[in-house]
Amino acid sequence: MKQTEFENRYTAFWSEMETFFDQASSLASSEQDDKRAAQIAAFPKNYRLLCQHLAMAKSRRYAAGLITRLNNLVQQGYETLYGQSINKRASIIDFLIYGFPAALRSNGNCLWLAAAVFVLPYVAMMAAVMLNDQIIYSVMDAESVRSMESMYDPELRKLGRERQSDTDIYMFGYYIENNIGIGFRSFAMGIFAGIGSLVILAYNGLVIGAVSGHMTALGFVDTFYPFVIGHGSFELTAIVFSGAAGLKLGFSLLAPGSHTRLKALQIAAKDAIKIMYGVFVMLLIAAFVEAFWSSSSTMPNAVKYSVGALLWVFVYYYCFFFARSRVAHYQSRHVS
Amino acid sequence: MKLDTVALVETPEGTDLHADLVGLLPRALAYIVDFSIRAGIIFALWIFAIFLGGTGWGLFLIVFFLLEWWYPVYFEVFRGGQTWGKRIYKIKVVSDDLTPIRLGPSLIRNLLRSADIFPSFYGVGILCILTTRRFQRLGDLAAGTVVIYSENEVHDTSALNAVSAVTPHHPIGEDQQMAFINFALNRGNMSQERQEEIAEIIRPRLPLNADRASDYVRGVGKWLLGAK
Repeated sequence: MKQTEFENRYTAFWSEMETFFDQASSLASSEQDDKRAAQIAAFPKNYRLLCQHLAMAKSRRYAAGLITRLNNLVQQGYETLYGQSINKRASIIDFLIYGFPAALRSNGNCLWLAAAVFVLPYVAMMAAVMLNDQIIYSVMDAESVRSMESMYDPELRKLGRERQSDTDIYMFGYYIENNIGIGFRSFAMGIFAGIGSLVILAYNGLVIGAVSGHMTALGFVDTFYPFVIGHGSFELTAIVFSGAAGLKLGFSLLAPGSHTRLKALQIAAKDAIKIMYGVFVMLLIAAFVEAFWSSSSTMPNAVKYSVGALLWVFVYYYCFFFARSRVAHYQSRHVS
Repeated sequence: MKLDTVALVETPEGTDLHADLVGLLPRALAYIVDFSIRAGIIFALWIFAIFLGGTGWGLFLIVFFLLEWWYPVYFEVFRGGQTWGKRIYKIKVVSDDLTPIRLGPSLIRNLLRSADIFPSFYGVGILCILTTRRFQRLGDLAAGTVVIYSENEVHDTSALNAVSAVTPHHPIGEDQQMAFINFALNRGNMSQERQEEIAEIIRPRLPLNADRASDYVRGVGKWLLGAK
């Protein structure tokens, strides 16, 4: 069959399919009349016919323009038939309850390593600064140290702020922009063989350790620790988690196992991003607690310590001990 | 390495689906458009925040965060893989099996943006796009996504309306038939002189009464398409 004859025979059908796809994308749901319903019912059959036409056009070496038209039609049909919608609310809730702990628990090695790379510099730096208060200047400049000191002065009305005029909302925005950014970056930089994540984790461990040591040595114990205990459970844990997710990317490139490096990276990323969903939620909670709860100086310290301790227990119980069999079940159903 | 800008995917129906991959320059231009849009919004909010004070700055930072990390994710997942910049340049992000991109891969490719930006001005990302077969930056590699042209130039036979079909005077092989047909349909992007120059190559094989080589080639093309 010559191309022109082929086109003349089917062009009405192709035009009909083109309008069908245009309407599908413009979501004209109010016009769900009988004709439309019939078109939808006939769609799989019509789509297969389009596939057949494309294959015929290619094997008969019809002109590139016609093949492109058919290819566009098949592409739209393919997207319509195989594209997935993400409007499954139940599966999102299911993920937050079971999926996130499942993703964490199946990546224990990365978590232990990330925790060590954060906690060891933290403890070492804290001890060093308490022994010799000059050491803090190796990781922070004098200006930052001064402003840090002014943030936890026991005389303050609002803790953890450089300027007392800053509002809760401002600090909330600041913590979101800054802390979630750090979490996302310490994940992303892991793709460089894990080195980026290690550097970010260790650096944050050193700085936070130095600040803790300095505050303890200055005797700001009653302002600094009640401030950090509330959100620390979410914030510090989430930073370690994001570093662990980054390390997972790095390891997949270093030791791809039986896959190609590219395939191994894609599998690792699919798993690591599940950790990052949870990290995002945890850092949002941390920002909220830090801006609206931790900063209060009127709340008695006993209340802050007990609420803070409860939150630590809650975070670790939820992540590693809660609903073990259900989480293991979730893990086995969603194995990648 | 075979250089080809076409991504092929076999659908479950057994047909090969193809898409044209997008190179560095259109992607960079689309990014510059998106960057300018975001910078414009941020500037407007900055003015707004100056007047509103502390709380305004808080909202400013939250919007800044959303634009920095979630702007591309929103458009990729809910607006057919196209940010405003990509829409202008008629390109879009899809999974490497050419299905629409979903939330997980979109988040992967946009979080890894901060690795592609490293050390500055997308150094790693640009190097990666230039050296990978399907022009993918690190985020695309990890997420399994590609950037393709969303609108291909479709078939337009109107170019042939004025041409009269010519019966070739000796048999033409299959590949040559393709060449004749494609020449006949491909008028818009070449000057008349260039068309003449290409058609003149086969002058020794033309019948003696053929006047302009390009008219002859185009006429044969139309005949091969089925016109009598």
